[in-house]
Amino acid sequence: MNPARPDNLARDEADGVEPRDSAAHDPRIDRLEAESIHIFREVAAEFARPVLLFSGGKDSICLLRLAEKAFHPLKIPFPLLHVDTGHNFPEVLGFRDRRAAELGARLVVRRVEDSIAAGRAVERAGPHGSRNRLQTVTLLDAIREFRFDAAFGGARRDEEKARAKARVYSFRDANGQWDPKNQRPELWNLYNGRHHAGEHIRVFPLSNWTELDVWHYIGREGLEIPSIYFAHEREVVARDGVLMPVSDLVPLQPGESSELRRVRFRTVGDVTCTACVASDADTVAAIIDETSVTRVTERGSRVDDKASEAAMEERKREGYF
Amino acid sequence: MDLLRFSTAGSVDDGKSTLIGRLLHDAKGIFEDQLEAVRRASGDDAAPDLALLTDGLRAEREQGITIDVAYRYFATPERKFIIADTPGHEQYTRNMATGASTAEASVILVDARKGLQPQSRRHTCIAHLLGIRHLVFAVNKMDLVDYDADRFALLREEILAFCEHLGADTPVIIPVSALVGDNVVSHGDNMPWYRGPCLLDHLESIDPVAEDAAAALRYPVQLVLRGDDDFRGYAGTVATGRVRPGDRVTALPSGLETTVRRIHTADGPLEAAGPGQSVALQLADELDISRGDMLVAGTRPQARRRIDATLIWMDHAPLRPGRPYQLKHATRQVRTRVAAVHGRTDVVSLDEHPAESLGLNEIGRVTLDCAQPLQVDAYEDNRTTGGFILIDLETNATVAAGLVAREQSVTTVEVFDDAQDIDRAARERQQQHRGGVLWLTGLPGTGKRYLARELERRLFRRGLRACVLDADALRAGLSDDLGFTVDDRTENLRRAAEVAKLLVGTGQIVIADFMTPTAEQRTRVRSIVGDGDYIEVFVDSPAEAYATRDPHGLYLRARAAEGDNVASIDVPYERPAAADVVLEVADTGVEAGVTRLLDEIAGRGWLGDAG
Ligand SMILES: Nc1nc2c(ncn2[C@@H]2O[C@H](COP(=O)(O)OP(=O)(O)O)[C@@H](O)[C@H]2O)c(=O)[nH]1
Repeated sequence: MNPARPDNLARDEADGVEPRDSAAHDPRIDRLEAESIHIFREVAAEFARPVLLFSGGKDSICLLRLAEKAFHPLKIPFPLLHVDTGHNFPEVLGFRDRRAAELGARLVVRRVEDSIAAGRAVERAGPHGSRNRLQTVTLLDAIREFRFDAAFGGARRDEEKARAKARVYSFRDANGQWDPKNQRPELWNLYNGRHHAGEHIRVFPLSNWTELDVWHYIGREGLEIPSIYFAHEREVVARDGVLMPVSDLVPLQPGESSELRRVRFRTVGDVTCTACVASDADTVAAIIDETSVTRVTERGSRVDDKASEAAMEERKREGYF
Repeated sequence: MDLLRFSTAGSVDDGKSTLIGRLLHDAKGIFEDQLEAVRRASGDDAAPDLALLTDGLRAEREQGITIDVAYRYFATPERKFIIADTPGHEQYTRNMATGASTAEASVILVDARKGLQPQSRRHTCIAHLLGIRHLVFAVNKMDLVDYDADRFALLREEILAFCEHLGADTPVIIPVSALVGDNVVSHGDNMPWYRGPCLLDHLESIDPVAEDAAAALRYPVQLVLRGDDDFRGYAGTVATGRVRPGDRVTALPSGLETTVRRIHTADGPLEAAGPGQSVALQLADELDISRGDMLVAGTRPQARRRIDATLIWMDHAPLRPGRPYQLKHATRQVRTRVAAVHGRTDVVSLDEHPAESLGLNEIGRVTLDCAQPLQVDAYEDNRTTGGFILIDLETNATVAAGLVAREQSVTTVEVFDDAQDIDRAARERQQQHRGGVLWLTGLPGTGKRYLARELERRLFRRGLRACVLDADALRAGLSDDLGFTVDDRTENLRRAAEVAKLLVGTGQIVIADFMTPTAEQRTRVRSIVGDGDYIEVFVDSPAEAYATRDPHGLYLRARAAEGDNVASIDVPYERPAAADVVLEVADTGVEAGVTRLLDEIAGRGWLGDAG
């Protein structure tokens, strides 16, 4: 191999070839931002009732900033929807409410708890009883309730193989299902949002962003993110090859023992299925450095994807975010 | 660090997946857990099958072919790459076009043993057609031809000849072995006779921008941002050219001129904006500009209703000449019909054959007839103002990609102009707009009636033939034999629908204002009027209005004249599940409702040039 080649994903950052705040004039980030803003505006112009799915995670925080910029100086012309699994990190909920209030945005919260109580969703028991799957029911119910016709999500194509094929406008039928074999061709930036009543379109403005791009953007925009993204001490247990945070919802199994480690989260989802990574990175810059040399995908820290290789594809078909 | 988007294409088994896997692997664009999944799938003792890295969907794994565009990302210190990895199989050529539409470069695979296969020719042709200037050929599996320089020279000649015939720029041709790794990321030892760049070096050196500084400004308006204060910004993305405060610009289609006052962004005003930048332009004068309009400077695009274009057909159902399709061009949507198919291009021989239609994956030249003029440039000159898509009105599928031709015919194609009878088409041609029915359904007290009258007034003022049809009008004569039983009301609705249909036959835009409480009635009306002429508008009201009881005693007080407008206890109002337009006039006001309906019918091309 040519020694002049990089030996990590993006050595410019790790090597300090570019100054840390280079993202401020990084044409790559500018282009990604402009493309996302274009998508937000198309949807606002062509749909009657869009909604932004806001989880409080870093991707949806970027999404929110892009929406803010797309319509500036006006307020974001659609509500935010949070599907609350009831298994959230408390830091994330507080953050969510504060951010929505700052933006003057309407926040709608729908709880998986309520879907379960109403008999619309049935909880799986056991240590892998994640509510990720159940979110789908609550989400689709909310979409029906408000007759949302477009829902922005923060998914990126670099996250996982099935997502690599997802369109920016992802059509969902009246049952909220995705048909990966029958996607509409998507040419240039001419998005086809036509749909019949009851159907809707999932829109992914971050499609072409990578995990590293997202971190650069958080750094450059000075975005506030929940504290659990930064290195902190936490009681964890090594399970299935990943570090799981120990909590009431994720108790120790017989024979397991926990330890106190310095960790951070790369994604924040349902407490029961979000693993953390050992890390000392306690600033965005440090996280960028770590991400630049990281050898495991972000989804590698999500337990629910490991269940099967086709897990994500399966969930997407069912209408998962 | 900048960004390069490239697409990859090749025939099945040429080694495209392996090549991308190699590129990602050697440039360290692969994560450990991905590699581990591949190792697991490859079997224990085998070397990891790099192709598995890029084969996404389960269906594909089962069939062993790559069916859809997959996007990959990797970065080197030089730039970030977005790969649109497109399928090799002939039946998915449309996905190849999808991937190529946003690419600045295209890497085309050729198996060194087989030479330029029909699929590779097809891909080259599509890449060229879609305006990709940087064509790169990776002649793969050189290890299987003993890294033979003569064999490569022969293939090189074949490729160069094809590209020349096509009229494409001179391609870069690189001998590689995706499996072994030679000339992909580094040169390796097997082909010392090759002195050109390796693939990654070349991809790093391509200048993606190729921005023509002198290109004329094209700025399609996406959205008007109107604030409480005086703020009014025209949001959009610059397609080509540059814009600066103080520049004179022309708004199309109105042709009015004004000056750019300020380039607004959330991060503060800009001194200039160029291609790809999303901004909001503030203008010196208050012009009536809305979504779908375009701000231009320098040479003007052509305003054309009749457009000569190349279509890449992407749907299983073949093109049907004369049938209406929805066309999306920049930020504007209009109705269109294919007036004539001139021929189908054989992308292997590049010959044109006579054709009356186009099937899946076929490419041909056509003439389109649009309901309103579009501001177009030749696709070669401008991807944004020269490209469009066609959408099927029933399935909503994207059925074709269109490329506006440089040569536009001057004479009118006489396909629709030979009518002998004074039929609906002839009338519509003369009046320059289409007829149709807007069927307003909803409870009384929703503002439906005002909406109908206001819309009628607005259409009338524009010189369009429109009329309101309501229960009062029918009850006053045609239906004076009917009472207010459920059966009689249903019969009244049937008559209303038949009258609307007759009026549409004369070219009228009928605004029908009838409560039409049940789904069954609405289905009936729709089938009488005909799907293509019927727009169901549901005028929604606050939830409490839907109580099946009659809180205001309206039913009891019902007088003959308002009998059709009162919800009854025995026939409660059923909310439409599939209305084409839903309005909440009580919330938004009549004006917003009228605007929405005007947009809807303009979008469907009913307004013709007057839209
Ligand atoms: N000998 C040799 N085999 C190759 C090379 N590139 C790919 N292959 C093999 O060719 C077959 C098809 O490759 P694949 O990447 O799946 O082709 P695709 O259909 O174009 O994606 C696989 O068995 C590969 O291992 C190469 O450079 N040399």
